[in-house]
Amino acid sequence: MSNRSLTVLGTLLAIVAVLYACQGEEAIRKAQYYTNGQKLYAQRCQNCHGSNGEGLGQLYPPLSDTIYLAGNLNKVACMIKFGSNETIEVLGKIYDSEMPPNKDLTDQDIAYIMTYIGNSFGNELGWIKTEEVTNSLAACNKGD
Amino acid sequence: MKYIINNSKWFYLLSALMMATAACKQNGNSEKLPILGKREAVSKIVNGNELIDTLYQTIPAFSFLNQDSTEINQSDFSNSIYVTDFFFTTCPSICPIMSRNLLQVLDKYRGNEEVKILSHTINPKYDRPSVLKKYADKLGIEGNQWEFAWGPQADIYKMADSYMVFAKEDPNAPGGFEHQGWFILVDKQARIRGAYDGTDADQVSKLLSDMDILLAEYHEQ
Ligand code: HEC
Repeated sequence: MSNRSLTVLGTLLAIVAVLYACQGEEAIRKAQYYTNGQKLYAQRCQNCHGSNGEGLGQLYPPLSDTIYLAGNLNKVACMIKFGSNETIEVLGKIYDSEMPPNKDLTDQDIAYIMTYIGNSFGNELGWIKTEEVTNSLAACNKGD
Repeated sequence: MKYIINNSKWFYLLSALMMATAACKQNGNSEKLPILGKREAVSKIVNGNELIDTLYQTIPAFSFLNQDSTEINQSDFSNSIYVTDFFFTTCPSICPIMSRNLLQVLDKYRGNEEVKILSHTINPKYDRPSVLKKYADKLGIEGNQWEFAWGPQADIYKMADSYMVFAKEDPNAPGGFEHQGWFILVDKQARIRGAYDGTDADQVSKLLSDMDILLAEYHEQ
């Protein structure tokens, strides 16, 4: 390798390192989770909740109620894994249809999806870690 | 100035030409939708001459209850073109997308008496008319431009066959029923004029423009 290309490589590496440090591990993780979550969302959730999280009439609630989502993270992890058939209020409207379970999703998958919805449609909840999901699921008393 | 006047003359000539070709296109057969399904040639004698006529497949007579528990039958659809599909209210997979897309159809033609929507439940055991009513309410549908059909399972599945849509009960399918997300476009003479994947945005746009073409058939001359 010539001296010249070594210098170029070195400079590039330095730039990457600086970028990495600036963004921080957390931001990078968040971006990875978000991207993986986006794919899972399209496969599992978008049919009901819509590509912009807009929901569908009073059948399926929107995911843009930032207060609901921020205040119910444990519950939402349980809803995604085990489904839900309650009466809930989202953006001032009542919903009582059934959300199906996704028992085959791992805690990691659910963390991906929650990081995606938690940072889309107006929500800004940052990186939602796999351990947080594991803890939420342990507390929802629905294992079978 | 002279130059501009000259130019605008050309402009008028060109636009006249364009209008003429556009008019031709509308009257020509190129803009007609095909008639789908089986067809039969029948011969008949008119004024002593033998004529060959084509008989097209049509949707057979039916009678169902709608979301208001009122009877609906083919005559409720003979003055309109309609889009029909097969679904069930608890379907976790494709039906929400189909309903969202049919709402788009309703939004475009809301209040147009020549356009109706007919959704059949393939799970009549659970989707009684009152359940269909609740579903319609939650979608924000009022009135009867969009009818939901309930009837004996065998009758519904026979209708699915006539519309060439596959539907069957299957415990292994999501929600317990296997079915296809087709939107079938039917004309005022009960003939099938188009079939579209109701879960695909491009196909739904095609349906919307085909509906305009079909409606134009009834407005020529
Ligand atoms: C078959 C339709 C359907 C699918 C698919 C679905 N949901 Fe839901 N979702 C619902 C319904 C209905 C509710 C309300 C549940 C209730 O009333 O108990 C709901 C509620 C929610 C809520 C809480 C209320 C809100 O709007 O914030 C969240 C968050 C949510 N769903 C996320 C998801 C995610 C993530 C997925 C994909 C893994 C998903 N849903 C898949 C129908 C669905």
